[in-house]
Amino acid sequence: MGKTLLDKVWETHRVATLPSGEDQLFIGLHLIHEVTSPQAFAMIRERGFKVKHPERTVATVDHIVPTDTIGRPLQDSLAEEMLAALEENTSAQGIRFFSWGSGKQGIVHVIGPELGLTQPGMTIVCGDSHTSTHGALGAVAFGIGTSQIRDVLATQTLAVSKPRVRRINFIGKAGPGIYAKDYILALIARLGVKGGIGYAYEYGGPAVEALSMEGRLTLCNMSIEGGARCGYINPDTTTVEYLRGRPYAPQGAAFEKAREYWLSMASDSDAVYDDVVTIDVSALEPMVTWGITPGQGMGVTERLPDPERLGEEAELARTAYAHMGLEPGKPVLGTPIQVAFIGSCTNGRLSDLREAAAVLKGRHVAPGVRALVVPGSEQVKAAAEAEGLDKIFTEAGFEWREAGCSMCLAMNPDRLKGNELCASSSNRNFIGRQGSARGRTMLMSPAMVAAAAVRGAIADVREFLP
Amino acid sequence: MIDTRILALRGRAVPVRGDDIDTDRIIPARFLRCVTFDGLGAQAFRDERFDEQGREKDHPFNKARYQGSEILVVNRNFGCGSSREHAPQALYRWGIRAIVGESFADIFAGNCAAIGLPVLTAPEANVRALQTLVEAEPDIQVTLNLETLTCRAERPVPGGGSDHQYEPVLEFPLSMNESHRQKFLAGTWDTLASLANSGDRIAETAAALPYMKGFIP
Repeated sequence: MGKTLLDKVWETHRVATLPSGEDQLFIGLHLIHEVTSPQAFAMIRERGFKVKHPERTVATVDHIVPTDTIGRPLQDSLAEEMLAALEENTSAQGIRFFSWGSGKQGIVHVIGPELGLTQPGMTIVCGDSHTSTHGALGAVAFGIGTSQIRDVLATQTLAVSKPRVRRINFIGKAGPGIYAKDYILALIARLGVKGGIGYAYEYGGPAVEALSMEGRLTLCNMSIEGGARCGYINPDTTTVEYLRGRPYAPQGAAFEKAREYWLSMASDSDAVYDDVVTIDVSALEPMVTWGITPGQGMGVTERLPDPERLGEEAELARTAYAHMGLEPGKPVLGTPIQVAFIGSCTNGRLSDLREAAAVLKGRHVAPGVRALVVPGSEQVKAAAEAEGLDKIFTEAGFEWREAGCSMCLAMNPDRLKGNELCASSSNRNFIGRQGSARGRTMLMSPAMVAAAAVRGAIADVREFLP
Repeated sequence: MIDTRILALRGRAVPVRGDDIDTDRIIPARFLRCVTFDGLGAQAFRDERFDEQGREKDHPFNKARYQGSEILVVNRNFGCGSSREHAPQALYRWGIRAIVGESFADIFAGNCAAIGLPVLTAPEANVRALQTLVEAEPDIQVTLNLETLTCRAERPVPGGGSDHQYEPVLEFPLSMNESHRQKFLAGTWDTLASLANSGDRIAETAAALPYMKGFIP
C-alpha cells in the first residue's frame, strides 16, 4: 500500500509518540513574526529555555508595518513596541531577521518560498493560520498558536495529531479569467468552511499540475478557509525549477541531491486517501464571495442565493445579508464598491500583480473608488517596478504601496471606514476583518478586483480581457 | 506541587449563538497590537458588544445575568479563521474555563488545549437545548465531566437557602479530542515539559533529515 506525502513527512519527522497519543514532530522550519511571537519568547525566558535551533528559525515583520512609508519609529507606539520586541528577541537568540527595508522583508508566506527557505518534504510551522501556503512546495505546513510557538522555540518539536488526508483533484482546463483563487473559492463553496476540519488537503490533478508555483501558493494558502489546517501539492518539475537558484535553496551538487530527495517525498501512485473530491475547472466562472465566510461564494454571473434554500446555512446567510446589505435573488454583478485592495499572502505575488495590471492597462479606476496595491514582499515590489507594473497601477489611479499584510487584516493604518464595501484579493471576508466593524468585504481574484475598481462595481473580468 | 489536572468544570453558562464565529469576531485584530496577553479579557467580542460610538449592543457578554459565567456554549465551527491564541486567551481572561459547542476549528481547539481550556462537543439538539435553558434560567449550574464525558445542567431548588439543593434538568453525552482529554486528566496539557524530555531523540530525528546537513553529498 502506497504512502502519501503526509505519511512520509510524518514518519521522517516523528520523534516520539506522547502519552496523550499525540506525536512529537520535529519542525524543519519555524517562521515567526511580530504579532504572535513576543509572548512565546517571554514564556521561554520565564521557564529558563533558550531557542533550541535558532538556525531553523526565521523572522520577519509584516502585519503591523505601514505601507505608505518606511521609517522609524512607527507612528503607532504599540506597533513600534512590537517591532522593537521582535528585534530584541531575534538578536538576543541569534535568529535571522529579514527586517523592514532590508530588501527581503515581506509577508512571511511570500518570503519563505521566494527565498528558497520553504522546501519539499519539510515540516514548517508559523504562528499564523496561512502557513498552509508553504504546502504548495510539498511541505507539511500549518499554523500554530503562541503556546505552541513556545514549544517549538524551546524544543524544535510540537505535540500534534496526524490529520486524515483528502485528495482534491482539479480536472479540466480553465477558461480565460479563471485563476487559482477561483479554484479554491469554488472548493470552499462546495465543501464548506468546516469541511476540512481534521483533514490535510492534497491538491492534484491536471489543472493543479498546470499551475505555476505562484498559483499553487494561492491554492494552498486558503486551505485553512476550508477548515483544513494544512494543504499541499506533490513536488514535481515545477517545484524543482522554482527552487533552483533561490538564495536559501541548496546549490550545485547539493541541489541535485536535494532534487532526488524532494521528488521521492511525493505521494505514491497507489497511496490511499481518506476521501477524494473532484472539481472540473472548465465549468468554473470567476468567483466572488457575497457573505461573511469564505464559503459564501458564487459565480459572478449568478444571482444571490435565497437563504430559505440553504438548509442549515440559512441562519448564517441571514446574518450575512444583514451585514452586507445585499438582496437575495438580485445579480451580484453591478454591486457598487468603494475600495479595491490587491495584495495579501493569498494574492500579493508578481503574477497576481501582472494579472491585475493586464486588466488595468489603458483604463482608470472609477470615480469615488479608493484603490491600493500592496506587494507581498520587498522583492515582489522591486520585480514589479523593474517591469513597469507600478506605472500601470498608478496611471490607472491605484496607490502603489510598500510591502506588508495591510488591509487584509488591518492591523496597520490601512483600514476600511464605516460600511465601505471592498473588492479584495485577500482571504477572509469576516465581519470587521478589514478594520471597520461595519466594513464589508467581497473576495475575488486580483484581476477581478482590478475589473471591479474600473467599473466601480462588481464586474466580470472576462469582459476586460483581450 | 500544583495540581494541573482538569477533571470536571462546574459553573454558570453563557450562550453565544451563531455558526462560524471567527477569531476576528472573538478578538478584533487591532487588539493584537500588544506584547503580552494582559488586558485581553475586557476586549473579548469587542465589536459584537459595542458599536463605533462605544454604546453597548445586545450581546450575552454585556448582560449582568451572565457575569461570572465560566462555561461558554456555542454552535458550529466556533473559532474559525486566524491562529491567534489571543482569542482563547481573551475568553479565558474574561472568565471562561470551558467551552461546549457543536464543533470547533482545529487551530482554535489546539490553542484552547494548550492553555488549559477544555473544548467539548455535543450534537446540535443538545447544545441548542442547553442554550435555551440557560437563556431562560441563568442560575442553572452546568457540570462538564471530562472523565465520564457528560454534561449535566442543574436547577437550584427554590428556598434551599445558602446551602443550595439542585435538581437535574438536562443531561447529555459529550465528545472531545481524546489526546486533549488525556492531557487534561493527566494534568499535562502544558506540553513543554514532556516535549523537552525527549532530548536525545530530538537530535536523532534531526540528524536523519538530509536537509539538516544542507544535502551535502
